[in-house]
Amino acid sequence: MTAGVFNPPHLAPDFSLAGSDGSDITLARYRGKVVLLTFGFTHCAAVCPTTLATLAQARSGLGKAGDKVQVVYVTVDPARDDAAHMRDYLAAFDPSFIGATGTPDALAVVRRQYGVTAVREETGADYAIAHTSSIFLIDRAGKLRALMPFGHQAADFVHDVRLLLAA
Amino acid sequence: MRTVSTNLLERPRRLIAIGTSLLLLAGLGWAALAPLAVASHDQLFEIPRGTYARRMAGEKIEILPPTIRLTIGLNDVLLLRNKDEVPHIFGPTLIMPGQSFSLPFVTAATYSFQCTAHANGQLSVIVDPNPAPGWQRLQWRWRKLTNPA
Repeated sequence: MTAGVFNPPHLAPDFSLAGSDGSDITLARYRGKVVLLTFGFTHCAAVCPTTLATLAQARSGLGKAGDKVQVVYVTVDPARDDAAHMRDYLAAFDPSFIGATGTPDALAVVRRQYGVTAVREETGADYAIAHTSSIFLIDRAGKLRALMPFGHQAADFVHDVRLLLAA
Repeated sequence: MRTVSTNLLERPRRLIAIGTSLLLLAGLGWAALAPLAVASHDQLFEIPRGTYARRMAGEKIEILPPTIRLTIGLNDVLLLRNKDEVPHIFGPTLIMPGQSFSLPFVTAATYSFQCTAHANGQLSVIVDPNPAPGWQRLQWRWRKLTNPA
C-alpha cells in the first residue's frame, strides 16, 4: 500500500447522515464496495477541489473496477453545505460521489470517531475552515484499512484500491 | 652514531604513521562509498500503556517530537503504535488501543500533519533523500555514529 496502513484493521465507525442524493447515508449501505471517505466543505479553495479531482481521476483510472468504489464526502460546514448544494458541487467532479451532511452535533460525533479536526478560521460570510485533509480507505467488508495523506497522486489511489478490491 | 640511532627510531614511527593514515583513508573511503544498510525501515514511536491515566493525573507526556526526520531508503516508514487502553490521536490519525499505523514515504519533502497531540497542532515530518555516495553518505554515517537515536 502507498497509504498508511492500520494494523489490525477495525470496523470503520458507521454513521447515518443526510446524503446529497436525498437518502440516508450509512457506510453499511456500501458493503461490497471500497469507500474513499473524506471530510471537507464546498467553499474550500484548494484542498477539497484537489482531493476530489484526484479521486475522480483515480476512479476513472480504475476503469470498470471504478464501479466498485464509492467516494463519500462529509461536510465540516453544515451551515453552507446542504444536500442539494453538495450534489451540484460534487457532480462537477464525478456524479457518483456522495455528499453527507447533518446537524453540527451529528457531524462532530463523526469527526471525533475518525480523529478528524475542523476549525473555523475567520469570521464573516466568507469564512474558511482548516480541516483534516487525509482520505480514509474502507474495504469491502467495512473495515478501515488505510489513510492516504493529502498530496498523493491518482495512481496511488488506483494502486491501493486495486489491492483492497483483490483482497 | 647518534644520527643512525635516531633514523632507526624514526623509521618504524613513520611506517606506523603511514599505516594509520592508510587505514583511516580506507575507513573514510568505505564510509563514503559503501551502500547503506538498515535492519528495518520503521521509525517507531509508541504510546505506552497507562499514558491516558498519567495524563489525566496531570503528568505532561510528550511522545512524538514536533519534528520527525526520516530518510528515503533507510528509515522511511513512520510506525506509530498505541499500547494504551484508550484510542489516541497520534500524529496524523486516530489509533485504536493495540493498533499500529504504518505510513511509508517515497518522496523527499517536508510533510505537515495536523496533530492535536502537539501544542501547536502540527507535526512536521522532514523526509531527506537517500544519501548519495561520497560526502552525503559520510555525513549520514557520522550522524549515526554520534547520535544513534
